[in-house]
Amino acid sequence: MIWLNQLIQGVLLGGYYALIACGLSFMYGVMRIINMAHGSLAILAAFALFVLADQYDVSPFVGLLVVLPAMAAIGWVLHRAVLDRSLNGGFLMPILSTFGLSIVIDNLLFQAFGADTRSLAPYIGTLSYDSWTITDDISVGQLAAGTFGLAVLLLGGLQLFLSRAPLGRAIRAVAEDPDTVGLVGIDARRVSAIASAIALVTVGIAGACLAMRATFDPYAGAPQLIFAFEAAVIGGAGSLWGTLLGGVVLGVAQSLGAQIIPQGFLIGGHAAFLAILLARLNRGGLRWPRRWAA
Amino acid sequence: MTALLTVENLDARHGLLHAVRGVGFTVRAGETLALVGANGAGKTTLLRAIAGAHPPAGGRVLFHGRDLDAMPAHKRVALGIALVPEGRKLFGQLTVEENLLLGRAAGRAGAWDVDTVIAAFPNLAKRRHARAGTLSGGEAQATAIGRALMTNPELLLLDEVSLGLSPLAVDRVYASLATTMSGGTTIVLVEQDLTRALRVADRVVCMLEGRVVLSGRAAELTRDEITDAYFGLRGKVAA
Repeated sequence: MIWLNQLIQGVLLGGYYALIACGLSFMYGVMRIINMAHGSLAILAAFALFVLADQYDVSPFVGLLVVLPAMAAIGWVLHRAVLDRSLNGGFLMPILSTFGLSIVIDNLLFQAFGADTRSLAPYIGTLSYDSWTITDDISVGQLAAGTFGLAVLLLGGLQLFLSRAPLGRAIRAVAEDPDTVGLVGIDARRVSAIASAIALVTVGIAGACLAMRATFDPYAGAPQLIFAFEAAVIGGAGSLWGTLLGGVVLGVAQSLGAQIIPQGFLIGGHAAFLAILLARLNRGGLRWPRRWAA
Repeated sequence: MTALLTVENLDARHGLLHAVRGVGFTVRAGETLALVGANGAGKTTLLRAIAGAHPPAGGRVLFHGRDLDAMPAHKRVALGIALVPEGRKLFGQLTVEENLLLGRAAGRAGAWDVDTVIAAFPNLAKRRHARAGTLSGGEAQATAIGRALMTNPELLLLDEVSLGLSPLAVDRVYASLATTMSGGTTIVLVEQDLTRALRVADRVVCMLEGRVVLSGRAAELTRDEITDAYFGLRGKVAA
């Protein structure tokens, strides 16, 4: 029964990992950019929500109405100012420039907020610990379940958007051949900037979920980047549902790892990631989500 | 008849290769112009420069008398210039219909939509929801032309539409294009098949090593004159 419980908790935790991996994977799928500032930007969103809640008594859920558009704007500017230019310098340049950006964000946050750990849990009432009791041994946290549901909705919504909406179609065309889209009247730079904005909205949502269910500090971005990276690589297949699966695998591996030995939480996740990575390499070439085709 | 497209003294390079050298010609509205010449004569680069897909090193491209300067390709499409690129360049992961619908991004109203394109290229009807990567050569070419038509262009640039197609498929493509040509769309086409080029075009421009070596009305040029110019056997420079 305890194992079943760990499995359920792992699946729900996987919802959060899918959320944080979503934007990373999306950006790579559309622009071949690995955004190293991904985790730091999630923490930036978390701090923005914290300031709104702490200083201005704005509920984090209401705060998202301000923070998510701001994240979208940051995504647009990020693309125009950093990503679009660095892409011209080869594939390594975006990695280096976004890595630099993550250092800047982390240290600016440290400058402004110091080393204290923060959480949004005190600002969301009882939701942070409310749960449904399924059996004596198993109870499901409402926040964790909500996060998982949100991940399914967000990934499903993105999938629907990519396969049905004209803009989603343009994003897929840009992902496939950015040099040709101009010939059919699509501005590849504009589409990529919009895709960056969408990716950062998902980063903002992930940052909010992290901040509600756990604590964060100015340097909390790097571990989140690693989790996102692991989930995206495990999910590999290239569909958004692959990302959800990757998140769930990572979450379950961590939960089961913790059940086996108390310190096994991170080890379990990393071991699952490495095992899948090695299996892929063995099968002939690392497959990372290449295409965002439906 | 006014000049729809004017190319003036255009130069284009691929690194050290001087692919287009001081090319100039005019295309009037409603006209069909065939660009002929051997491989490497600069035809594709010239079309790409007109479409905005290749930055020229010098000279001007005027559309409706307006200098297009460094205008990017997607804005030229919005003005009404559409290129069917060499090698088709379809989005293989997207379906035929999705490839066609992309053309709507140009925001140009007109007679062409998915249904009229499929009516013009009936071989696409059954393949409408197939991935473009799975099409036969003829179907892929029809989709590429259809995608350009979806932008409702005033000027259609066709690069080697018969390349790699069976003779039957080429006939089919040209039969479908006949509707477009008679519909008043101005066309500049690159065609290796001289006979076909002379049959469909009002005027012919022959290029050799980046320069225009012969140009004139299709009806007034003999096949021999063109083949001589084509292979550089006679230096009748008409630029």
